[in-house]
Amino acid sequence: MTQMPNLVPAYAEIFLALSGLLLLMVGVFRKTDPVRGVARLAILAFSVAGVLVLTTNAVAVTTFSGMFAVNAFTSFAKLLVLLGGGFAVFLMLPWAKNEGIARFELPVVMVFAVLGMMMMISANDLISLYVGLELQSLSLYVLAAFHRGNLRATEAGVKYFILGALASGLLLYGSSLIYGFAGTTSFVGLASALSSAQENVGVIVGMVFVISGLAFKISAVPFHMWTPDVYEGSPTPVTAFFSVAPKIAALCLFLRILVGPFDDLMFQWRQVLIVICVASMLWGAVAAIAQSNIKRLMAYSSIGHVGYALIGLVAATPEGARGMIYYMLIYLFMNVGTFAVILSMRVKDRYVEGVNDLSGLSKTNPAIALALTVLMFSMAGIPPLAGFFGKYFVFVAAINAGLIPLAVIGVLSSVIGAYYYLRLIKIMYFDEAGEGLDKPDLSTGVVMGVCALAVVVFILVPEPMLAGADAAAAALFQG
Amino acid sequence: MEELLTEYLPILIFIGIAFGLAFAIVAASLLVAPSNPDPEKTSTYECGFEAFDDTRSKFDVRFYLVAILFIIFDLEVAFLFPWAVSLSGIGIFGFWSMMIFLGVLTIGFIYEWRKGALEWE
Amino acid sequence: MIAAAIAFYVFATMAVIGGLNVIFQRNPVHSVLWLILTFFNAAGLFVILGAEFVAMILVVVYVGAVAVLFLFVVMMLDINITVIREGIHKYVWAGLLVGGVLLAELVTVFTSWVMFDDAASLSTAPTPDPNVITNTEALGNILYTDYVYLFQAAGIILLVAMIGSIVLTYRTRTGVRKQVIADQVARRPSDTLEMVKVESGKGLQ
Repeated sequence: MTQMPNLVPAYAEIFLALSGLLLLMVGVFRKTDPVRGVARLAILAFSVAGVLVLTTNAVAVTTFSGMFAVNAFTSFAKLLVLLGGGFAVFLMLPWAKNEGIARFELPVVMVFAVLGMMMMISANDLISLYVGLELQSLSLYVLAAFHRGNLRATEAGVKYFILGALASGLLLYGSSLIYGFAGTTSFVGLASALSSAQENVGVIVGMVFVISGLAFKISAVPFHMWTPDVYEGSPTPVTAFFSVAPKIAALCLFLRILVGPFDDLMFQWRQVLIVICVASMLWGAVAAIAQSNIKRLMAYSSIGHVGYALIGLVAATPEGARGMIYYMLIYLFMNVGTFAVILSMRVKDRYVEGVNDLSGLSKTNPAIALALTVLMFSMAGIPPLAGFFGKYFVFVAAINAGLIPLAVIGVLSSVIGAYYYLRLIKIMYFDEAGEGLDKPDLSTGVVMGVCALAVVVFILVPEPMLAGADAAAAALFQG
Repeated sequence: MEELLTEYLPILIFIGIAFGLAFAIVAASLLVAPSNPDPEKTSTYECGFEAFDDTRSKFDVRFYLVAILFIIFDLEVAFLFPWAVSLSGIGIFGFWSMMIFLGVLTIGFIYEWRKGALEWE
Repeated sequence: MIAAAIAFYVFATMAVIGGLNVIFQRNPVHSVLWLILTFFNAAGLFVILGAEFVAMILVVVYVGAVAVLFLFVVMMLDINITVIREGIHKYVWAGLLVGGVLLAELVTVFTSWVMFDDAASLSTAPTPDPNVITNTEALGNILYTDYVYLFQAAGIILLVAMIGSIVLTYRTRTGVRKQVIADQVARRPSDTLEMVKVESGKGLQ
């Protein structure tokens, strides 16, 4: 008889799964206002899961026959994902009230999506990687098409689903090639197989397929085609969720898999990633210029940011990993803050998404204008705001790893990218005032304020925030 | 391996006979039966009118919902077969493992029921 | 073993013919029927490989449920394939290019294929001899205990699929009179029927 596996490292995931089930039951049995109740419980579940991650994931262990690994790195990444999920549900509350959405499934599916991301982050085997990824993706497809009566939402859902299924297929195909070579799917086994065997075309093709599948999930160029349409078509709080949580999860998984089992193929994967990284930075900067819908603009902006974060991965040093983790942390606050601004863009009780709806905002609503200005300056990477440090750390890591051209391209594309961030500020301060926005909801305002403040004060209190990231990066390179 | 395949030999023979019989019957009716088609005989006949539109019509989306819910429970049943076969070997842990799996899907079932997705109006 | 070899070639040929017909049939319903034939032949191939459990699942789940779902979807969408085919000449070159690249990759991979020498020692659960233990039992011995994590995760994925399909397709209709069996059963003559003695020549009221 087989022994019971050690469940302690997975307490957070188990708790989240159980709370997802509970939330479903609460929603379906509660008569009055189920959305509100379920969303609040979801935030509570995310917080408790965060505490569990902090208390149980401290030491590096594997469990479930070596399929599930926790260490300081996975804990840090999981906290970021939980934070992103919590913010998204928090932003969803006023939105659901204003739009009259009475379907409680939205927060429930978000809980399951976050569960999938946490499983991805902790994956220590190609099969558990795929299972986590699929749980995440399936939930995200549902979220994208949630406004099923709306043509754009349906298009977003279908497009995301078909391309996502294709990406999952590529990933599975690559995994099968790798398994065919090594005879194992476990990361530990793969690492030992790849370090002792000579180079093999099959494994390299397999690895490139896996990279392509993951690059789709983080919407890196050239696998980004779905991003603008999906961001535009999904409900705005869901877009906020899309732009942070799945990217953080997939980037952390990317980092774990490339410096873990595929460490010995670094020469090969580095070439692929440099192409992806440069293309994402440049295309994110150039294509965003012509956008007039702010959600599409944020889609291209997120493509660019993924490119910068990937620089840390390409460097493949503890310093680079640390830079990438900082970048994800800062990106989380910048993006959530910006989406809080987008969610407060309401004219006469209707949500608007045009860039020009911001015109003259400094006169009609100076507080929002100030918050967005801070966030945009940070996104553009202007010191002393947080976004500057995010870019600084990855660029320094790239230079120390001998990748000077990559750092130069990064700086150039962030100069190009600064144009459209600053254009938003110009529209707010120098254009004729439009009708003016409605007064934002309290919780949206709170999220906006917290994120803008976090971006500003990053320079004052970097140490405690960065200590966690340092420990996380160190844990990644121990094994 | 050979032993395993020998066990399947009767099924293979059965499939062969089924195919042979089907072909023989179709071929026989093609060859033996009298056939004198002309355009009026083969055209669509709809109460004496020309056909108004396509024969195929759109199905309600509810058929799809029922089918997909069926697939989910079908897959669940697929997991039950190996469990039933090796239950004696996997002990109490294996038993509860399946119970939790069934519990998760039962929660889904309760959700469906309460939502009214299983009802046909 | 000559029978097995013949069976392999018959199943493989039929599977390829079936697959081609899925793509080239004019009528989508016929495509689905060819797909079912392909599934059956793939099941036959799995049996030859010694994977009988997978073969049976292919028949039960794919033929029994997935193909039926495809039929419903095809009928629900009422696809007119000739209309879809109109643009095909524009995209055929792009399609061929992508297909060609993939084919080239496959050829490269399989011509230079080697397996890692110690692969057998790394495998977590070696394939048992099908003559000693049946497939189904071998799977059952590890699926619910060693692989409990993946097993439960699969359960959650199925749950999300369930929620998703209901969220995206189910809508409550208003103004429909539903059959409430309990009410019907509980109904008694005295609830609805009143016996009135009508005097002759007067009528009711």
